[in-house]
Amino acid sequence: MISLALINQFLGQPPNASEHGYQIDHILEFAHWFMGALFLGWSAYFVFVLIRFRRRKHPRADYHGVKSAISTHLEFSVVLIEAVLLIGFAIPLWAKRVNEFPDTKDAIVVHAVGQQFNWNFHLPGPDGQFGRRDVNLVSNSNPLGLDQNDPAAKDDIVTTGELHVPVNHPVIVELSSKDVIHNFALVHMRIAGDAIPGSLIPMWFKPVKPGTYEIICGQLCGLGHYGMKGTLVVDEPNEYQAWLKERAELAGGAASAPPATQRPPGEPAQAGPTPGTVPPPGAPKVGNPQLPQDKNAAPSPSPSGQ
Amino acid sequence: MDASTSAAAHHESHEHHGEHEHHELGWWRKYVFSTDHKVIGIWYGVCGLLFLFFGFSLMMMMRFQLAYPGHAMPVIGGVLSKIFGPGTMDGGKMAPEFYNSLGAMHGTIMIFLGVVPVAFAAFGNFVVPLQIGAPDMTFPKVNAASFWAFFVGAAVMVASFFVPGGAAKSGWTSYTPLADIADKGPHYHLIWNGQTMWILGFIFLITSSLLGAVNFITTIIQLRAKGLTWMRLPFFVWTQFVTAFLLLLAFPPLEAALVMQFMDRVAGTSFFLPTGLVVNGAAVHISGGGSPLLWQHLFWFLGHPEVYVLILPAFGIVAEIIANNSRKPLWGYKSLVFSVLVIGFLSFIVWAHHMWLTGMGSTVSAFFQTTTLLISIPSVIVLSAFFISLWGGSIRFTVPMLWATAFLPMFGIGGLTGIPLAFNSADLYLHDTYYVIAHFHYIVAPGTIFGLFAGVYYWYPKATGRMMNEFWSKVHFWPSLICMNVIFLPMFLQGMLGMHRRWYDGGQGWTIGNEHVWGLSGFQWNTPISWAAWTMGLAQIPFIINFFWSIKHGKKVDDNPWEATTLEWTAPNRPPHGNFVITPVAYRGPYEYSLPGREKDFTMQNEPVEETERTRRRPEPETVLA
Repeated sequence: MISLALINQFLGQPPNASEHGYQIDHILEFAHWFMGALFLGWSAYFVFVLIRFRRRKHPRADYHGVKSAISTHLEFSVVLIEAVLLIGFAIPLWAKRVNEFPDTKDAIVVHAVGQQFNWNFHLPGPDGQFGRRDVNLVSNSNPLGLDQNDPAAKDDIVTTGELHVPVNHPVIVELSSKDVIHNFALVHMRIAGDAIPGSLIPMWFKPVKPGTYEIICGQLCGLGHYGMKGTLVVDEPNEYQAWLKERAELAGGAASAPPATQRPPGEPAQAGPTPGTVPPPGAPKVGNPQLPQDKNAAPSPSPSGQ
Repeated sequence: MDASTSAAAHHESHEHHGEHEHHELGWWRKYVFSTDHKVIGIWYGVCGLLFLFFGFSLMMMMRFQLAYPGHAMPVIGGVLSKIFGPGTMDGGKMAPEFYNSLGAMHGTIMIFLGVVPVAFAAFGNFVVPLQIGAPDMTFPKVNAASFWAFFVGAAVMVASFFVPGGAAKSGWTSYTPLADIADKGPHYHLIWNGQTMWILGFIFLITSSLLGAVNFITTIIQLRAKGLTWMRLPFFVWTQFVTAFLLLLAFPPLEAALVMQFMDRVAGTSFFLPTGLVVNGAAVHISGGGSPLLWQHLFWFLGHPEVYVLILPAFGIVAEIIANNSRKPLWGYKSLVFSVLVIGFLSFIVWAHHMWLTGMGSTVSAFFQTTTLLISIPSVIVLSAFFISLWGGSIRFTVPMLWATAFLPMFGIGGLTGIPLAFNSADLYLHDTYYVIAHFHYIVAPGTIFGLFAGVYYWYPKATGRMMNEFWSKVHFWPSLICMNVIFLPMFLQGMLGMHRRWYDGGQGWTIGNEHVWGLSGFQWNTPISWAAWTMGLAQIPFIINFFWSIKHGKKVDDNPWEATTLEWTAPNRPPHGNFVITPVAYRGPYEYSLPGREKDFTMQNEPVEETERTRRRPEPETVLA
């Protein structure tokens, strides 16, 4: 993993914590070098011209101006560099993100379901099968409406707000939403994806640094948007197993939802945090979109942005 | 080509008299309900500038919340609370829904009530007919209808602040399903609520733009003066021509989408609502089956051409001013014209680069990344041509030229920082961060708006017969230039830190917002940014006073104070109804500055080509660069 991100660091980009992240940083870095060179070149020329050809110094303008073809060369170099960035970096990089998902057998697969203003996580448990979710079963204690009569659901884990994953292990997050569009942004992992109701959008990354990271909602989702914060904890394998065990013990039908805050009467539908404060880890009330692929843990790289 | 005379005839029959004197028109018909393109242009300009300031004021309020989240706004907090009503600024503290309202309305107002009316409607109306030697627009009444549709749309938008629940709060993009379900429920009126009024106001604004676009296109095609061939058109006319096509073709899909969202909100349809939506603990009673992404496609199909609607007129204004103040022809006129045509075309096939993170596959995203980079090529050509035009000039730094000179590097920063955003992989990091905010503001604020100020100072003498005060113009310019950069440069840092936009707490509650860069935390950078924004607000006061004061007290000038070449300067100042005393004929290109062998360093388009000039111009040896 080459660290080649001088401008990025200079501009304050936090360190990368995922396997593919350095590639994202590289394209950003190259773009910044390219922009910097063009800007400095143009600026130097610009300042020179403004001084050299000011009226006092150069009282009579030249009707014909520049005759040389230097601008054409410049134009072609710009095109060339952009083409290299596009074909050499951007397109292959994206293809790797959407066409080359890791095998679900080796990866942690988790459903992340956004809602105003929190993230719910659904893990399939040891059997690797996601239990059935039903909108009619949704309650304060069962935010995703997990059907406990489904054998596949017995060992499932549902948590709210915080997700643990083991380090150096690919993670596939399948994104959806109960209500409006959210965006699951992990800046340290250099990955983000929209959580759109009615769609299941997969994304993947491989965390390489243990630690605690913020999950940002990157799409305006209502008045509590600014406080819609999740936590991603990247654990050492033994810590991860301990967390799984603890979650599994809690998962006896009633998952980990904190008590719901009641909406004060007379408030608009999207009651939320008080001004100036970050809201507490949100209170999922009910709700579950009828996901098209509830039981299907396999990621489908097919675009839903058609 | 007899267009101008036939138009004049048309115009006269329309007004039912042959003279250009208008004794029978009352004050209201002459100055308010006028069909004269200049009066309409000035109305558009004054309204648009007011809305620019209003939209900026909304942002100045938000900047307080971002710098000092949770604090009561001193001095004016109580007043604002009274103005905007309960639930907005109670106790001087901004509520999050009000913050979201301000954000959504800032974007809407700046773009659709500010920049488009000034850049396209005001300058287009006032300048284009004069520049092409026409007596008026082809359809003067349609022109007036366009303005009044704009006026109604603007009134509805402003009124929406004062209905229960306040103005629209789902972002200027109004993404569904959020916009579909916002401002609904027992405490909201079915129609008179923020989001629905936003839709209604927008429909009026689109109607206004469509009427204007049709008029501009026909006027430029039909009413050019004799001899004013396509390649003799001032570049500004070209940019307005392409802009009109963008509006004409991009707005109707959005108008359709707005009607669909209106039906979703009012009539219970589900165009943008998928099955199984559960909002705030209750299943939403809808038929479902709709697609939230459909809205994004329809919105950005307008949204991206709209970016060029904002920037192309500024290109045109800057081109006029650079040619005029460098006293030499615009370099690469033909490539400039072809570039704007190509930009116009490409701007219709880049829209999905606003939607990189919606689960796009590799093929579709490869297409849109390629088109996005392709559009940078003509943009670079335009900017290069402006830079190269300065070479060999005799540059005088008049007030319009100051703004135009500032435009170039500012637009450069905005354009260059679009490069990483064009790559969807880099967007995985930068999407919806402050980096994006800084990028597009550099294009629109110190880019387009500086171009607009340049245009105001440049054509002011034509509209009023007087010059704006130079000293106070500079007091306007320098602080604005400095503040713009203090406002937007740090936002690149905030974006690189990972701070996302639309955070009501200014990033205070996020560990990312508390990371340090260049000595301040991401959140702390809000403070200098906000102070710069307020200072820039103060810096607009000299402009406002200068603008109105100079109408009566500015220095009187003759018809061509800038010694310019294009046809609008052959018309008398404060051109009468019908514009020209003598119907102009064009004999040459638009930028014949410093023609060799002439005493004067400018030759106007209506000056016939002399025999001596013909012979002198033919052979062009390499001595020119001596």
